[in-house]
Amino acid sequence: MSGVLAPDRSRPEPAPAPRRRPRRTTLDRRSGTGLGLALIWFSLLVLIPLTAVLVKASEGGWTAYWAALSDPQTAAAIGLTIVAALVVTAINVVMGTLIAWVLVRDDFPGRRVLEVVIDLPFALPTIVAGLVLLSLYGPHSPLGINVANTRIAVGLAFLFVTLPFVVRTVQPVLLELEPEVEEAAASLGAGPVTVFRRIVLPSLAPAIASGAAMSFARGLSEFGSLVLLSGSLPLHTEVAAVRILGYIEGDNLHGAAAVASVLLLVALAVIVLLDLFSRKVTHRAD
Amino acid sequence: MSIEIRSVSKHFGDFTALSDIDLTIPTGDLTALLGPSGGGKSTLLRIIAGLESADTGTVAIEGVDATGVPARKRDVGFVFQHYAAFRHLTVAENVAFGLSIRKQPRKVIAERVEEMLELVHLQQFADRHPAQLSGGQRQRMALARALAIRPRVLLLDEPFGALDAKVRKELREWLRRLHDEVHVTTVFVTHDQEEALEVAHHLVLINQGRIEQVGTSDQLYDEPATSFVMSFLGPVTTFGNTLVRPHDLGIATAPTGRPGEVGGRVLRYNRVGFEVQIEVDLAGAAAPALVTLTRREAAEAGLAGAEQVWVHAVADAVRVPVPHAEPVPAVSAGSRELDPSGVR
Repeated sequence: MSGVLAPDRSRPEPAPAPRRRPRRTTLDRRSGTGLGLALIWFSLLVLIPLTAVLVKASEGGWTAYWAALSDPQTAAAIGLTIVAALVVTAINVVMGTLIAWVLVRDDFPGRRVLEVVIDLPFALPTIVAGLVLLSLYGPHSPLGINVANTRIAVGLAFLFVTLPFVVRTVQPVLLELEPEVEEAAASLGAGPVTVFRRIVLPSLAPAIASGAAMSFARGLSEFGSLVLLSGSLPLHTEVAAVRILGYIEGDNLHGAAAVASVLLLVALAVIVLLDLFSRKVTHRAD
Repeated sequence: MSIEIRSVSKHFGDFTALSDIDLTIPTGDLTALLGPSGGGKSTLLRIIAGLESADTGTVAIEGVDATGVPARKRDVGFVFQHYAAFRHLTVAENVAFGLSIRKQPRKVIAERVEEMLELVHLQQFADRHPAQLSGGQRQRMALARALAIRPRVLLLDEPFGALDAKVRKELREWLRRLHDEVHVTTVFVTHDQEEALEVAHHLVLINQGRIEQVGTSDQLYDEPATSFVMSFLGPVTTFGNTLVRPHDLGIATAPTGRPGEVGGRVLRYNRVGFEVQIEVDLAGAAAPALVTLTRREAAEAGLAGAEQVWVHAVADAVRVPVPHAEPVPAVSAGSRELDPSGVR
């Protein structure tokens, strides 16, 4: 096979361009005003209060900060929150992708209803979610399942409120996937599992990652849905958010701010990591 | 014989996509499945590939029954209209995909990928991603990917349909030459008769789920089996109760005494480049006839400004009876190009 086949010999193809990263600004007066407004808004609502928390946490100095965090009850609450949020996020990655798959790829009676109901845990006031969980899995459970005052209750509440995140981020991407791409893989010899693993999953990865980030962050901050069922037993089922409330009720603002700053850092770290991951994947695709 | 299709039918709900298709596609040939959109040609191609299953009938590839065999085990290369590129993989990884599925040694894969990229002139793009390629380059990548696995047959579904006119012409020419080199049995689907006539050795004209005619481009053009074949493969006009090519009609300003000559009034005289188109209202005809001739012929016959003319069919004109069902419009050239985005 030699080079008879030159469709565009006459028109030399452009040499591979270096990977470009445009760093030019497109700001003019109008968009400058817009950016200014956005920044002020964001600062007032997010940046300044966050800084205030960090300042508050550091006021007592490093020793006081460390003392607050190394308190066994606090350390247990933070540990439980992070571990539960990680486990729940891992479950959501699998189940959320599965549910999105079923919603997009399968047609069955009641699909539209399910489609709407998926958002319910997200739309429900969290204390209502707590009440729902308590009446179903509490001491008077009609199912005979009582997980009240256990760590399972914490996980259950996390799962309940974070269910929609991965589903909702994966679903639109799945809808946009061209069936032809999977057919092409099949015609090249790939079985269904290989097609999913090597073709579908890499396309979904960024969406799964951003769903996971939201799910994890929501888990870290959860309060309302679990206070009723978990009982918030110190050293056992107490989560970080409840611990913060405890500190505030005990008039220990430094302690509360210290726990808050840890949650903040962990959330930031996870969001940045997942963002880096999805950039790494999409970077290859665009 | 490479691909043998026996009594294949396919329905989508109430819609009959294919009804009782029998077709043999010869080994090593370049065959076009041609027809209007929604006529069933893409469905037939997908049934050959195993991407769609026939309701009834059988498909055999190289003498082996493939009817129940899934696509991934058919050793068929398939090229899609919209490239179906694996966007997260580089060009080289795309081409290597089928080979890595087949668990070939790394070195063998690298060599084959190199060879394929050279074949489609994408060597310097090996490490790019599909999004960084033009449409024509992506389609060449898709072709390299399909050919890398040394398929028994290569199937292309409207492969140039998404490309602009210039690139489409280049790739057509290129596909023809590629086939001269690779000699793999190739079937491609198109709704563009010009593309089919230009590229394919054999044409299969499919309309409304049935095969209208099979043959070489000369056979289909010179001996159309039906009025549909005739009107699909070029402009036609009505003359008496037959369909005839507008350039197969002779025209004069005075009676010439030829058999079958009919007098009429000029409705429109139109010059398009080298060609002159004259619409004539013939005595006793339901629709006006279209006569085309070159500008020089028109000048020699003194037709410019003529009002009364006499029209006859030339001696070796291809003529097909007008179908009873529908009157054929004077100029049906435009109706050949049906909406390519229609249903399969």
